[in-house]
Amino acid sequence: MSRRPYVREVSRSWWWLNQRRYVGYMIRELSCVFIGAYTAVIVVSLMRLSQGQAAYEGFLDALWGPVGLAFHIVAFVFALYHTTTWFNVTPKAMPLRLGERRVPGGAIIGAHYAGWLAVSAVVLFLAGD
Amino acid sequence: MNKRDIEFEILRYNPETDEKPSFQTYRVPCQEDWVILDAINYVKDEIDRTLSYRWSCHMAVCGSCGMMINGEPTLSCKSFLRDHPDRIRIEPLSNFPIERDLITVMDDFMEKLGSVKPYIVPNEDRPVDEGEHRQTPAQLADFKQYTACINCLLCYAACPQYALNEDFVGPGALALAHRYNLDSRDVGREARADVVASNAGIWECSFVGACSQVCPHDVDPAGAIQQTKIASTVDYFKALLMPWRN
Repeated sequence: MSRRPYVREVSRSWWWLNQRRYVGYMIRELSCVFIGAYTAVIVVSLMRLSQGQAAYEGFLDALWGPVGLAFHIVAFVFALYHTTTWFNVTPKAMPLRLGERRVPGGAIIGAHYAGWLAVSAVVLFLAGD
Repeated sequence: MNKRDIEFEILRYNPETDEKPSFQTYRVPCQEDWVILDAINYVKDEIDRTLSYRWSCHMAVCGSCGMMINGEPTLSCKSFLRDHPDRIRIEPLSNFPIERDLITVMDDFMEKLGSVKPYIVPNEDRPVDEGEHRQTPAQLADFKQYTACINCLLCYAACPQYALNEDFVGPGALALAHRYNLDSRDVGREARADVVASNAGIWECSFVGACSQVCPHDVDPAGAIQQTKIASTVDYFKALLMPWRN
């Protein structure tokens, strides 16, 4: 009897379409692009701010254009997806134990959301008139 | 007992006669309390005795009967027919070469498992008459979850990184390396690091998380790998910032 194992090829370009969980993973990876792009927008806005009031207000006006608005909406959706998917896996990377008992994953995730809310509240407070 | 006819599309491959695998369909009169493995055993016993597959315990302990059930890596003894439609597609576990029908070649995993030293590396050889190595419940709790691994390879079949890079040590072996690294009786962490902390080890994992989702014993290999990444990074910076401790 001869051995002749059969190897099934996996598409190096389209493997992520094989399962829904792979698609979710790829969207999470893609979300980094929008997080990076939004970071670049903030850096440019600081640069414009340093150039004076007129430059900064011109930049803000440009952001309110259709392209700027569309970018912000898309970036916001991806930022939400990025944040929630990473928060949801934090108990895997950072499990906590109190004595012999594991802190439930839900508590670790909840603490992240609570921290997110707290930071958002501080930012809103500082940014308010 | 309720009966239901279910059509099983099973991927067949005979290395002596077939150029490539192809599906063969079997109609099986199933009882609703059967698991998939019962139906496959029925095919073997009553319809086609040439069908080849692995199984042993029928109770999710031996880890032999893993297969792709409707595209999902699953233990066929743990998957009830009542949770499936009237047509079920069965394939051998993904990401492994097919030896014959539903039997895969596991040699690659066996080699990688051995490379991470999946056993206790003791600090010193203690004579038996010195008694047992004691552990507190807290020390046991550190690694107990990872001892539940039954080497069923569902995690490898679910992992796209393993599918794309055959050098990747893979979730199961890395989870077992983590299990021994966490054991208070073990001092083998540094010896394992050559494989575990290499590019083909933990750093090849991009945290898709599929391995943990399909694990039949909630071992959570994805968690083990991320925790090893953190420990390995801490080791790196300790060595960099405190060279006198090396």
